[in-house]
Amino acid sequence: MDNRIEFENLRKRYKAFTLGELSFSVPRGYITGLIGRNGAGKTTAIRALLSLIGFEGRLLVDGRPVSGPDYLQRVGAVMDEPFLAGEWAMQAVNAAMAIAYERWDAQAFFARLERFGIAPALRVKELSRGMRIKLMLACALSHGADLLVLDEPTSGLDPMMRDEFVDILKEFVEDERNTVLFSTHITQDLEAVADYIVFIDQGCLVDSCPKDEFMERYRLWRGGPELAGRLSPDILLGVKSTAVGTEALVRQGTPPPPGADILAEAPSIEKIMTLYGRKA
Amino acid sequence: MRIVLIGGSGVPLFEQIKDAIRENILGGALPAGGQLPSVRELSRDLKVSILTVKKAYDELEQEGFITTRQGLGSFVRGDNAALVLEEKQKKLEERLLEAIRLSKEAGLSRQELLSLTDYLYEDGEHGQQDRV
Repeated sequence: MDNRIEFENLRKRYKAFTLGELSFSVPRGYITGLIGRNGAGKTTAIRALLSLIGFEGRLLVDGRPVSGPDYLQRVGAVMDEPFLAGEWAMQAVNAAMAIAYERWDAQAFFARLERFGIAPALRVKELSRGMRIKLMLACALSHGADLLVLDEPTSGLDPMMRDEFVDILKEFVEDERNTVLFSTHITQDLEAVADYIVFIDQGCLVDSCPKDEFMERYRLWRGGPELAGRLSPDILLGVKSTAVGTEALVRQGTPPPPGADILAEAPSIEKIMTLYGRKA
Repeated sequence: MRIVLIGGSGVPLFEQIKDAIRENILGGALPAGGQLPSVRELSRDLKVSILTVKKAYDELEQEGFITTRQGLGSFVRGDNAALVLEEKQKKLEERLLEAIRLSKEAGLSRQELLSLTDYLYEDGEHGQQDRV
């Protein structure tokens, strides 16, 4: 497999949280979705990838260990918190980017802004959240990046904008030299477009595989409230019970307990994420 | 070409894509030698994973419906006339079996079913002309 990015034994310690050790890769030419609930470590992993924080372990870019910040020239980043100054109008954003990126393409940038409906006279602080995301995306796509790294890009976007956003990502990977890594807890978007899934929970890797395979690895069992007590903890990946029913997440192929009244179905990514690790 | 995907149908997406393309080939919407959209184009248009479309194309290739030429793209095979005929025959057999089952349920004799078939066959030819 040709990997654009590889993490080997990534570890980052904070007072209240430790990420890792975490190893995963991002295959070239595809969209990889980094998923996990809030606090799972998605943003920490992405910040490490962008060298925004120090970390233990190895980061390989195009198969080689990173030795300096040069690799970032070909990485377009869209972060949850904007890194642009609020007072800047688009001309100032353009000037700042031209300093930061050797291959900055001002013409491409303003063409994107026009397509996204952002008037050049607007200041960053005057933009809605959706517009800010689009502005960051316009920046990310205007300096010859062949890797887009996006941290929770779709949270706060309305469904129409999310749809548009997904179109842009798909357009980007139409060129098979381009790669996308995006983290999200909004899984509908991913369900539609991600090729690979990296699923982390409490700082550790749970699964990393093609999305279709990922979705086939799990089963959702539904039953009455008594079901939770009848399931052995060995087979349970997560469970949620209410007064009227039980939802249990198990591996595909797990035999149901004899005589149990269970409805089995293929869970959505969201179900997998919300049930995983949950105790009754 | 027309591809309509149904979410939550229980049929995997790659299978739906594969079936749809096969229907397009059998129905003539994709003629022999015709070029299919690239895997990445179709995956963009359908908003599904690239790997999902790739799997559909791989299986269509294995089954002899399409051929992929490195760097050029995927094409409907020109030598698949026998295959198309075979598929149509398979479909015909399925429908006939269904008709036989229904006629048994309805208590029709074999002769009655055959006469009905004869009648509809003739009528069908005229019916075609009557249709606007």
